[in-house]
Amino acid sequence: MDYLQDLAHLSRRGMFGLGVGTIAAGTMLDKTTAAAADTSGLPALRLPMTLVVNGTSQTFNADVRTTLLDALRDHLGLNGSKNGCDQGKCGACTVHVNGRRTLACLTLAVAVQGKSVTTIEGLALGDLLHPMQQAFIDHDAFQCGYCTPGQIMSAVAIVAEGHAESDVQIREQMSGNLCRCAAYPNIVAAINDAKGKMPRARTGETI
Amino acid sequence: MRPFIYRQSAGAAAAVQAATAMPGASDRRNDGASVYLAGGTTLLDLMKLDVMRPQTLIDINPLEAAHGKIEIGPKGLRLGALARMADVASDARIVRDYPVIAESLALAASGQLRNMATLGGNVLQRTRCSYFRDTSYA
Repeated sequence: MDYLQDLAHLSRRGMFGLGVGTIAAGTMLDKTTAAAADTSGLPALRLPMTLVVNGTSQTFNADVRTTLLDALRDHLGLNGSKNGCDQGKCGACTVHVNGRRTLACLTLAVAVQGKSVTTIEGLALGDLLHPMQQAFIDHDAFQCGYCTPGQIMSAVAIVAEGHAESDVQIREQMSGNLCRCAAYPNIVAAINDAKGKMPRARTGETI
Repeated sequence: MRPFIYRQSAGAAAAVQAATAMPGASDRRNDGASVYLAGGTTLLDLMKLDVMRPQTLIDINPLEAAHGKIEIGPKGLRLGALARMADVASDARIVRDYPVIAESLALAASGQLRNMATLGGNVLQRTRCSYFRDTSYA
């Protein structure tokens, strides 16, 4: 509880010490960053975070505000997930959290500790591409490729959910992933191709 | 986004107590409020824009098991505040007996957002007016 006590001194608001568990408790406060207090009166908090990504548990220090997307890209070196709009509209940051397609840009990294995160980097088995990845290549389902990791993560999820039964359903279910190059017809074709080739449990989850 | 204190609630009573330390705080922007974090799809978006400025985020997702249930009984349907839109939309009993609810949820937002967003958060969602998202109008 040292951290909370420190913070209580820094803040005039005495709202700590309630019966609420906190991840921040007992963690190290990065003094360097803490010196750069924001206008909110709170220091920028750095916390050790442990994420399980693609089956590997990794610990790093990051600002409490770090989104899952930024944690993947800036702290774990996984640059496949893309930052398109940073508002949850475009789907370029789509990853799986406990097997569910999730927007990494609207998810706090600190909040998904202990959950299983799968990114585009976790789909292939060595050099063997996931059937959905291969189908995107075979059907020319991208042009610039920026949205493609998110498209593929959503595509894998909708097949696993049983939401890829028809072209109409695929288009509706993929509506959270925008493609400025408008490769949509080819994306639908790729999903139709891959859905019969996907193992139901590639990594013990829904992919 | 401004710095905040992140806390996970261990129980419903503790979460309520934490949020009411500053009465009415969750509806203000600039008072260092304690705000609940559930799906976060609106909250984090508005925090990035500096519209929402909570001092403390109380993550209530650990309460999902107890408060995210979908229950159908003789008295009707009871949906937990932490039930996810996607889970309600795809629940076989909802699809069969309450198709309007299932269809309306299935047609809202996107698959990713439906996986994340909770029903309680839907009810409490802040205005979608674009002026509200522009702090220069504040």
